[in-house]
Amino acid sequence: MQKFTTLTGIAAPMPLVNIDTDMIIPKQFLKTIQRSGLGKNLFDEMRYTQDGAEIPDFVLNQPAYRKAEILVAGDNFGCGSSREHAPWALLDFGIRCVISTSFADIFFNNCFKNGILPIVMPQEVVDVLMADARKGANARITVDLEGQTVTTSDGQVFGFEVDSHRKHCLINGLDDIGLTLEKAASIDAYEAKAATTRPWA
Amino acid sequence: MTTAKRTLYDKIWDDHVVHQADDGTCLLYIDRHLVHEVTSPQAFEGLRMTGRKVRAPEKTIAVPDHNVPTTLDRANAATMTEDSRIQVAALDKNAKDFGINYYPVSDVRQGIVHIVGPEQGWTLPGMTVVCGDSHTATHGAFGALAHGIGTSEVEHVLATQTLIQRKGKNMKVEITGSLRPGVTAKDITLSVIGETGTAGGTGYVIEYCGQAIRELSMEGRMTVCNMAIEGGARAGLIAPDEKTFAYVMGRPHAPKGAKWEAALAYWKTLFTDEGAHFDKVVTIKGEDIAPVVTWGTSPEDVLPITGTVPSPDDFTGGKVEAVKRSLEYMGLTPGQKLTDIKIDTVFIGSCTNGRIEDLRAAAAILKGKKKKDGLRAMVVPGSGLVRAQAEEEGLAQIFIDAGFEWRLAGCSMCLAMNPDQLQPGERCAATSNRNFEGRQGRGGRTHLLSPAMAAAAAITGHLTDVRDVMGETV
Repeated sequence: MQKFTTLTGIAAPMPLVNIDTDMIIPKQFLKTIQRSGLGKNLFDEMRYTQDGAEIPDFVLNQPAYRKAEILVAGDNFGCGSSREHAPWALLDFGIRCVISTSFADIFFNNCFKNGILPIVMPQEVVDVLMADARKGANARITVDLEGQTVTTSDGQVFGFEVDSHRKHCLINGLDDIGLTLEKAASIDAYEAKAATTRPWA
Repeated sequence: MTTAKRTLYDKIWDDHVVHQADDGTCLLYIDRHLVHEVTSPQAFEGLRMTGRKVRAPEKTIAVPDHNVPTTLDRANAATMTEDSRIQVAALDKNAKDFGINYYPVSDVRQGIVHIVGPEQGWTLPGMTVVCGDSHTATHGAFGALAHGIGTSEVEHVLATQTLIQRKGKNMKVEITGSLRPGVTAKDITLSVIGETGTAGGTGYVIEYCGQAIRELSMEGRMTVCNMAIEGGARAGLIAPDEKTFAYVMGRPHAPKGAKWEAALAYWKTLFTDEGAHFDKVVTIKGEDIAPVVTWGTSPEDVLPITGTVPSPDDFTGGKVEAVKRSLEYMGLTPGQKLTDIKIDTVFIGSCTNGRIEDLRAAAAILKGKKKKDGLRAMVVPGSGLVRAQAEEEGLAQIFIDAGFEWRLAGCSMCLAMNPDQLQPGERCAATSNRNFEGRQGRGGRTHLLSPAMAAAAAITGHLTDVRDVMGETV
């Protein structure tokens, strides 16, 4: 997994609430057996017409935001389907950080497994960041995971919370499976005990 | 032994902790891992690349459902697109290579993963159940802690039979009293989402309880838990009782003999202790729940069928813009009566409402009646065994006589990854779980409702209060 330490980049404003994973990557693109290549279809039905032409109004089609690396989004981002294709598509497009007042649990979790940092901020801070993102490509937002801060283009600094285990894995680009397999003895012991306490399972 | 009062969720959690780190992060043991073809190929590929095996193939169950056509000619490979064929073939190969339990398309037991799991007795009370699919919450109906996971976590469970988790908060949703005639489990679960919003359950595990929940069949309880995720909760739970045990007994993978007795004794301890703490409580009177329908593009956009389409002005904050967008997408006008909304298509099926009881409820409304001329209507049983039972009970003939297509099992039009899709602007009364933009096909317009309400709409050609067509049967 790609490490996440600090990021200074263009933030795209997406104030719509309840952006679901069907919007982020529609079902017809889930038929891949790979993780890569989904970026071109990120937000496909909002981004392109039925015949494949770009919809100019859509934020990521606007010249200022075509190279966005951060999304500032409305409440409950990533709700709906568990499809990890959603963070894969964001990552493949180049988005490494999403900031919102709230995220759906499964999406939130999936982000951390793919080197994407989802940041929960209170409404008043999201409002400030949304306004900053609306300034366009010259207004770059800086995210510092180690220091747990987000800095606007005009130097306002906001702290954020992050789970210590997830932060550690993200900063070091660690693979969860490798870490868990170090605890194989605990899993063996659990299974041995469960074989007597819950033999039907 | 702890003497603290515990919720059902607390008890199941405690019995599955393999390891707890100082920061509270837990390694949770997983009893059943269900797998389908869409969210698993990258996980199996990950195992191959690292030379890892499936740790517990006997606890891993796979079935293709999302891509599978539901037309009678599906044995013909030409009914599937190339990419769908590749995805199903990948699951065939992964199941064989890694030695996991498998129900291929050709097997009569094939169906939607969340219908097959309980039907075959893989899902049992007190278990932890995961699947790379958000509707895994369905299995909570058995008093199992069941939730959806992403593909990275699918790979983690395949390799380690555990999941890295932090414990969620406890939420109680109590439905008191009894439901009125014409009101079903689907109306309960949609009404709860209407009350709490789609993010109301985020961070929580919901326990549904109360007389109206107790009075539901296992099928109805699965419908309620299925949509916990639409309320933001990863998992929904219902304490097991005699109905649960009766449903489980004798199923192919349920325990037998002495193991059954031991299991039963354990299962009877799976309830929330009197006085246990819930972080959030929602109470709804069963008699206040009406047959409901969604009007927008979020499952929280739900109203009694007797209502009218709301206006963006009725909302505040970010929801104002979202409602404007929804109404435009749905082609609806504020103030319009919900019962005046004409529909083009009726879809009965999905992991929410593709079980035998759902088909019985729809058939009871359709018996001796015809669907409206020009309307497209289909019934897609949740599994091959549901299909067989419905044929045996004469339900299939009722649907066919009413002018419905009688299909083979699969996810079908719930998510349009297979040939069953809506065209742009096509309006559908659907018993599935998501009314998101494009969910049933690009530009498709979805109204979520119960199987009985869907059947009523098929007869009249517009959204209809099922109580008006129930007539003397009430």
